[in-house]
Amino acid sequence: MNPVEAITTQPESSLVVNVEDKLYTNRYQVDAGHPHITVKPHDKPSKALLSLTTTCPAGCYSLNDKGHVEIAVDGCLECGTCRVVCAATKDIEWNYPRGGFGVLFKFG
Amino acid sequence: MKKKFDAIVVGAGPAGNAAAYTMAKSGLNVLQLERGEYPGSKNVQGAILYSDALEKIIPDFRDDAPLERHIIEQRMWMLDETSFVGMQYRSEEFNEERPNRYTIIRAEFDKWFSRRVREAGAVVLCETTVTGLIKDKHGKVIGVHTDRTDGDLLADVVVLGEGVNGLVGQSAGLRPELKPKEVALAVKEMHFMPQDVLENRFNLNGDEGVVIEAMGTVSPGLSGMGFIYTNKESISVGIGTLVSDFTESGATPYSMIEAFKNHPSIKPLLAGSEAKEYSAHLIPEGGYKAIPEVYGDGWVIVGDAGQFVNSVHREGSNMAMTTGLLAGETIAHLHHKRQKCSKANLTMYKMALDQSYVMKDLKKYKDIPNYLHQNNKTLLGVYPRLLGQAAQNWFRVDGTDKQTKENEILASFRKSRSLPGLIGDALKFARAWR
Repeated sequence: MNPVEAITTQPESSLVVNVEDKLYTNRYQVDAGHPHITVKPHDKPSKALLSLTTTCPAGCYSLNDKGHVEIAVDGCLECGTCRVVCAATKDIEWNYPRGGFGVLFKFG
Repeated sequence: MKKKFDAIVVGAGPAGNAAAYTMAKSGLNVLQLERGEYPGSKNVQGAILYSDALEKIIPDFRDDAPLERHIIEQRMWMLDETSFVGMQYRSEEFNEERPNRYTIIRAEFDKWFSRRVREAGAVVLCETTVTGLIKDKHGKVIGVHTDRTDGDLLADVVVLGEGVNGLVGQSAGLRPELKPKEVALAVKEMHFMPQDVLENRFNLNGDEGVVIEAMGTVSPGLSGMGFIYTNKESISVGIGTLVSDFTESGATPYSMIEAFKNHPSIKPLLAGSEAKEYSAHLIPEGGYKAIPEVYGDGWVIVGDAGQFVNSVHREGSNMAMTTGLLAGETIAHLHHKRQKCSKANLTMYKMALDQSYVMKDLKKYKDIPNYLHQNNKTLLGVYPRLLGQAAQNWFRVDGTDKQTKENEILASFRKSRSLPGLIGDALKFARAWR
């Protein structure tokens, strides 16, 4: 099994979970054209970077057909998990969204 | 020259609000900066409010704070895939004039707290992200950079209440980055249902509330610490585990909360509800040993940013408020004595922390985070299952005599952990708890 399969194989569970349905209930002020997180260019993702495809609670990270990990920040919950996971490998740049932008919790 | 404030507070959560309120009330010229559209818009908590910590800051908070329900019952559940073994405590004595704990909705609560901060005289500026600290040539912090045009702001002291995901102190080198083994990721949903349905379902009268803390395995390969808190007409439901557990197992946080919600013991409690928000948040779990330097020349750290969380008792917001209060009092005292907020003078903040329950409790449990991390699988997997099987064997009447049942139960524990293993687990736990 290659490392990609090893990481992306879900623990057995009969539930199909669509994270988009969950994010759809949230309120966002999207800062179009100013992503607050970027993935640095890479040939092959590190183990840490690859793990974000399952660990990110908003499902922002995915593996494209070139084998690169990419991010779509629109659903980001600004928890900071990806920054902590990739702190040692420095695979990503993480900043706060500009003031007033990003997720706006109605309840928190 | 720019206008200089007596103090700048970064962040409008419980820690920043407690500090800003305390200083403004004492007559200081305080500026508070918040990156969200409104205070609370970036904040996530279960959430339980501990009255004692807030009472020491705003004694009359019950008059107008948005409180959901006071807690009269606590349930502690150990889950395996099909069952739970639990303990619960409910007391009429929690129906008291000044209840000890309440459930709250943080966006509402933080807005209320912020209004009190403004009424005390502080200037609160939202939609303003602090991008860095300004230091003088001696390395003393003298202000902050923000993302506003002309956004450099100066002050005698900067209070960092920027939360667990605080970048400012970290990028300035005041505190280290969090480690995946020392921080938990929790996800949460808000589920709404009619008030009478909720009250019947949880056996509640009026404003009474229930807390369920659940730990264990919710579905094969998915283990964590979950919670269910009753609000007025909604339920906060969430679950999480260490970030390192997520990265190592490949489990997704959203499948974990879905499995938790669909656990046979949880599902009926949420039936018919409508989910209106999905959130995620980090929780510092490193405890005493992970606490960074919390003061220096011209700066102090309060709340989650300083790792002030007691993960055993799930207390954090109270420690946030208390650390904010103690930092605020220290700074106000120095200001009135016309003394500088130098590192030497701010030692007073650390001394006050050491004398409070905050450091005493965190010190008591200093070995727990390491213990929990090393024994995660046993605690969340093996023991809940063993206890569940033991309970089922004990309660099921099937013609087997009681002595045989007792022997079977003891044998199942010995088989799973071995006698030295069981004794070792007990000793390790006792040592960490002590």
